[in-house]
Amino acid sequence: MIMNTFLQVILIFVSTSIVNNVVLSRFLGLCPFLGVSKKVETAAGMGGAIIFVITLSSFVTGLIYKFILVPSGFQYLQTIVFILVIAALVQFIEMVLKKNMPALYKSLGVYLPLITTNCAVLGVALDNVTKYYDVGASADLLKGVVYGFGTSVGFAISIIIMASIREKMEDNDVPEAFKGTGIVVVTAGLMSIAFCGFSGVISL
Amino acid sequence: MIKENTPLERLQNGIIKENPTFVLMLGMCPTLAVTTSAINGIGMGLSTTLVLALSNLIISLLRNIIPDRVRMPAFIVIVASFVTIVQFLLQGYVPSLYSSLGIYIPLIVVNCIILGRAESYASKNPPIPSLFDGLGMGLGFTMSITIIGLVREFIGAGTLFGVQVLPLADAASGKAGYTPVSIFVMAPGAFFILAILVAVMKEVRLHMAKKGKPLPGVQGMMEDGCSACPMADHCMGKAQLESAGATDSASVKKVVEDNQKAIKEAVKKDASSAESGKDGE
Repeated sequence: MIMNTFLQVILIFVSTSIVNNVVLSRFLGLCPFLGVSKKVETAAGMGGAIIFVITLSSFVTGLIYKFILVPSGFQYLQTIVFILVIAALVQFIEMVLKKNMPALYKSLGVYLPLITTNCAVLGVALDNVTKYYDVGASADLLKGVVYGFGTSVGFAISIIIMASIREKMEDNDVPEAFKGTGIVVVTAGLMSIAFCGFSGVISL
Repeated sequence: MIKENTPLERLQNGIIKENPTFVLMLGMCPTLAVTTSAINGIGMGLSTTLVLALSNLIISLLRNIIPDRVRMPAFIVIVASFVTIVQFLLQGYVPSLYSSLGIYIPLIVVNCIILGRAESYASKNPPIPSLFDGLGMGLGFTMSITIIGLVREFIGAGTLFGVQVLPLADAASGKAGYTPVSIFVMAPGAFFILAILVAVMKEVRLHMAKKGKPLPGVQGMMEDGCSACPMADHCMGKAQLESAGATDSASVKKVVEDNQKAIKEAVKKDASSAESGKDGE
């Protein structure tokens, strides 16, 4: 039984982080992916902040869905509730980090406000509901949190790869029209082809 | 010349002059995600139009009541309510479209066209122009993503609106015909289409600016970094702005102006000035 759950959790993690990459195959979180991928350092900071926020928010939204929305029959309010909870949570995390963990705040803090209206965070929360929290009576919080963690690790992987490529191609002679965003999007397309190679490895 | 802020002018502005996808480059996530077919594009576009028009109207009606400090959360709640209504309408009346758009319907909440229009237009203007501003922007968005959907569908599957236009090759019976470039309906194709779009629009921009009729500035993430985003004042572009040394609203404005200046410099086709003017880095 425990072995079975463990296996499922590993499968969810691999499937969300590599096979169904959140940016490259589902187009969630494109804004930070294109906006803050100029340097590897900032990209890593953004990736870390996203991992932190998505993992926490998938846990918190899961709790709220299971213990507040389902018992009171207000499931249809999920979109409104989740977006407000996420916004409040991000503010809260920012305050706690600033007060108690200044070192961590220094490396992740500036990226936190960026994440409030990030579609990846809301996307994961809503995905979890249809995939794990809404099936039968038992809401599977663990799977939801792993799903969130895997998704955000996938985001971090892709934004760090993208930043490394962008650092390398800074001096390349790019056609005038493709300079700037154009060539970055072409790169994203090529990365997406590479990640397409994983599709079908695991289907959940 | 049509008078400003009239319904007609707003419609024309949204559909042509400040087309959210082609000109402002806003809301690229749904543009890439749902344009695998033209039907999906229309469905997504019309849902967004409904949300955009109604939320613009309500926000404009409430613009003097909502306190300035909490306006973003207030806007988000209004938008989220309309998104939920649209979600139920789709679920009830067009379940097939609902299931093919899936998670991208609730994600209309975080579409930056909607919050961008609420912030830059509806919160400052009377209800009727705001309603038509939303309608115009929404129709412009619908039109653009339907066109992108048509292109992707045509190249990727040889169909238009689901109807087979190009006869497909059949290896089994040896029939000659079109072999679809199926990568165009997959994720990488979306990125390539976007890249071509960005490049073409950059050329058009340079051309129009040279003729002395510059297009309105890019507002989405397509300009280097987030500083050109309509939400830059609120945190969305904070990391980017801070790296450029901007912390208060005056210096934020300066970074945005620098950005615009950089575009103008690039227009002069002077390679060296275009390099140094890029984003102040």
